[in-house]
Amino acid sequence: MDKDFFFDKKKNDPISRVDGRAKVTGKATYAAEHKVPNLAYGFLVGSTIAKGRIKSLDTKSAERAPGVLGVITHVNAPKIPGYQTGKDPAKPPTAGQPLRIFYDNQIFYYDQPIALVIADTYDRALFAAKLVKAQYEKEVHQTELETNLSKARIPTGPRKEDYKRGDADGYKNAAVKIEQEYYHPVEVHNPMELGSIIARWDGPDKLTVYTKTQGVESTRNSIKDAFKLSPENITVNAEHIGGAFGMGLRTWPYEIAAIMGAQKIGKPLKLALHREQMFTNVGYRPETIQKIGMGATADGKLVGIFHEATANTSAYEEFTEATVNITQFMYACPNVATRYRLVPLNFVTPIWMRGPGEATGAFALESAMDELAYALKLDPIEFRLRNHADIDPEHNRPWSSKHLKECYEMGAEKIGWKDRQLEPRSLKDGDWLVGYGMGTGSFGAMRWVATVKAKLQPDGKLLLQCSVNDMGPGTATMMTAVASEAMGLAPDKITIQMGSTKLPPGPMQGGSNVTSTVGSAVHDVCAELKMQIAALASKEGSPFRTRKVKEVKAEDLVFSDGSVALKKNESTKISFQDLFRRNNLQGLEITKESKGQEQPYSMYSFSMHFVKLRVHPATGRVKIDHVVSCADAGTIISPKTAASQMIGGAVGVIGMALMEDLVVDHRFGRPINNNLADYHVPVNADIPNIDVLFVNKKDPFTNPMGSKGLGEIALVGVAPAVANAVFNATGKRIRTLPITPDKLMET
Amino acid sequence: MARKKLPHPPPDQQPHEGRRNFLKQSSILTALAVTPASLLKAAELKLDEKAATYFEQVPLSLEINGKTHKLSVEPRVSLLDLLREQLGQTGTKKGCDHGQCGACTVHVNGKRVLSCLSLAVMQDGKKVTTIEGLEDGDKLHPMQEAFIKHDGFQCGYCTPGQIMSGIACIREGHANSEEEIREYMSGNICRCGAYPNIVKAIAEVKKGGQKV
Ligand code: FES
Ligand code: FES
Repeated sequence: MDKDFFFDKKKNDPISRVDGRAKVTGKATYAAEHKVPNLAYGFLVGSTIAKGRIKSLDTKSAERAPGVLGVITHVNAPKIPGYQTGKDPAKPPTAGQPLRIFYDNQIFYYDQPIALVIADTYDRALFAAKLVKAQYEKEVHQTELETNLSKARIPTGPRKEDYKRGDADGYKNAAVKIEQEYYHPVEVHNPMELGSIIARWDGPDKLTVYTKTQGVESTRNSIKDAFKLSPENITVNAEHIGGAFGMGLRTWPYEIAAIMGAQKIGKPLKLALHREQMFTNVGYRPETIQKIGMGATADGKLVGIFHEATANTSAYEEFTEATVNITQFMYACPNVATRYRLVPLNFVTPIWMRGPGEATGAFALESAMDELAYALKLDPIEFRLRNHADIDPEHNRPWSSKHLKECYEMGAEKIGWKDRQLEPRSLKDGDWLVGYGMGTGSFGAMRWVATVKAKLQPDGKLLLQCSVNDMGPGTATMMTAVASEAMGLAPDKITIQMGSTKLPPGPMQGGSNVTSTVGSAVHDVCAELKMQIAALASKEGSPFRTRKVKEVKAEDLVFSDGSVALKKNESTKISFQDLFRRNNLQGLEITKESKGQEQPYSMYSFSMHFVKLRVHPATGRVKIDHVVSCADAGTIISPKTAASQMIGGAVGVIGMALMEDLVVDHRFGRPINNNLADYHVPVNADIPNIDVLFVNKKDPFTNPMGSKGLGEIALVGVAPAVANAVFNATGKRIRTLPITPDKLMET
Repeated sequence: MARKKLPHPPPDQQPHEGRRNFLKQSSILTALAVTPASLLKAAELKLDEKAATYFEQVPLSLEINGKTHKLSVEPRVSLLDLLREQLGQTGTKKGCDHGQCGACTVHVNGKRVLSCLSLAVMQDGKKVTTIEGLEDGDKLHPMQEAFIKHDGFQCGYCTPGQIMSGIACIREGHANSEEEIREYMSGNICRCGAYPNIVKAIAEVKKGGQKV
């Protein structure tokens, strides 16, 4: 890394993204871009029905087309050993049977892959794919949640329990109450990079893949189980991925198809999805209908909350997420009950999307809190303060840390909350109605397991290795920041290698865990390095050793600029290089596993989002003027990338709140707007300045740095902040997302 | 899955399968329209495919990042696929292949162009600049510097397109205010949501007044 791109730490400027130079010069390499010689190209053909069976397939013209090397269908597909066991080769976060690609003639959803066409160039594969013809035996599909609610069932896999404390109906007897229904359509991740994989067999039982995954270890596991290979013989590489937002948290059938195809033709194979296939084959945030009943005393004390969510899953698996869980701990309230139900529909299985169920659940909970605050004629901040949960009411134990009240204060000041009027439609700006809204977010602060190898090299530079990868938040930058702080080394003296199963195992990038998990592992491995350096500094002949001092401890030393000095007397310094030379060492190398411990605390990150917006009543247009996001995420390790993560989260949810909606033509069970022109996502002109404020107070218990996760709380609570601001501006309560102009237009 | 219900038509009124296939294909596949007819013929007649390929390739000479390339390509190949798949220059990204996202933005004769919507053969004799062509030796282009400084990205996948567009935005005279930058950068989607920082980066370069 070039030195110029780091700001001097002493000036207290945050470091810039360490892979920034690679990203702005086009040198960062994503899955489909690895240079693999002798490459063939694959293209997937999808079904044109949403349920039924393939009656017949005609692949002859495709096979005859120029450059075609093979066409794989369920008729001729090689048998995948893991598919025969009837077990669960894809290790998904689900119950049920994952889709086995080209396994039989069954169709579960529209655009389900029915053939893989392989050719010597991309254009030829694409062309030949269009020559595959299929005949179907159609069956009646179900793609609509609302008309299938009678099929709602309790999940059999994770998160199946109904929750209750006190009286489930407690809210019904409250002095002031509301009962409402909130709706969330299907929202699709749509990272800018398409789902892509290059698969290369290096021998009959040896495989290398470059793929778009948020966890190389878990992808390796899925491949191992499907193809029954030994894990040492599988290398999965994914250093850079072009966004994913959750869609990379499992191995999808297209990845298995590419590996199968490469095996069949005996050549490395590249398979990149088309954007249309990104809407139909790699998950989404499920369609969800939520009911909330909420009641309070006349002076604004919550009496009870009931929260029920019914979401869709696929016809072959159960995907569950924590949609209602946030209601169980967010506010001090004696009577709380939640329920979660699933309805199988003919779509691909959903997958976690950015601030997953919590973001969906918070839309309902925080909208309802706003509705009840209005019913009570209370300022929504005041209402929340009156019901602040000082301890975790769900588990009845203290928080490891919680600074939500500071978030309220900081954010209210920054957005100018004092200008807000309680009465809707009070503020105008020309033809526009002006409104303010807020919403709270939270997400578990998790720490998993990671192993990091540290090599302090003879020249004093530090190399850190871990298989964790980066879909954008800045994992390598965070690791550099932690190591730089711990070792007193300038960031440009630190190199990170990551994103490959060849490296020591790290966690998946999901659930906002990476800074806590991998950051801690870096912290711990550096602590170990420092102890060994202290041991070297204690040896005979070291200038730190005197008649009185026989042993120097790491905590007696100052580490700075690649050398050590005694804290008591900083005038004598030894550089790492010197130490190694004196001890005849080729540097130091340590590999260390690091994980969190069970603590008697509830650990959560919290966020508070404020929105100021304008609504144009004649056209129904919403223009967001200002967003302020405040986060209580413990110590902020890398302020610059952390702020970007918060901004990115808010932008994502502005899409969820105002525009994103996968529209399905239920007659045929297929999406109508399966492209980026018709499925609207936020563009630059939709986004105002976004201010990010961090409480930046160390959590004493989460991990040695005191950090908590950021990725999800950046989103959770933004959508209700927008909806609540729309109500404040217009007096219209929109409970069906997205809040499109037709819902606000006044004629 | 919008809540408005579309009625289920009786089965005999459902659109014909073939027509639906056609509609689907034509929306996915603009390339289909330019598949060389004689290649298909050759395949049908089982003629020597290599010979057919040879005749279908069109000579093309273009300058990419200051270097002249003499190539022969199938007429249906897009400039984007030529760069990424044939020349191994993967700095230019594919996000949609339909002109809907801006990830593939390059400069042709100094102007921003979506390379997924441009056939390679149409660039004969032209000068193409991609993200790989912006550095001056080891020195980054001011726009690249500004993107790093303002953290105008996360995953980095839209970034080459944003930078190429950002430079063009200034050259076109469309970077006079943050408002204007937002408008003229709205053809480049960033799903990571780095927009506010992208605007800051472009505004700073514009203000700096360096030649872009
Ligand atoms: S790839 Fe060209 S505009 Fe999306
Ligand atoms: S940086 Fe990821 S899409 Fe823009």
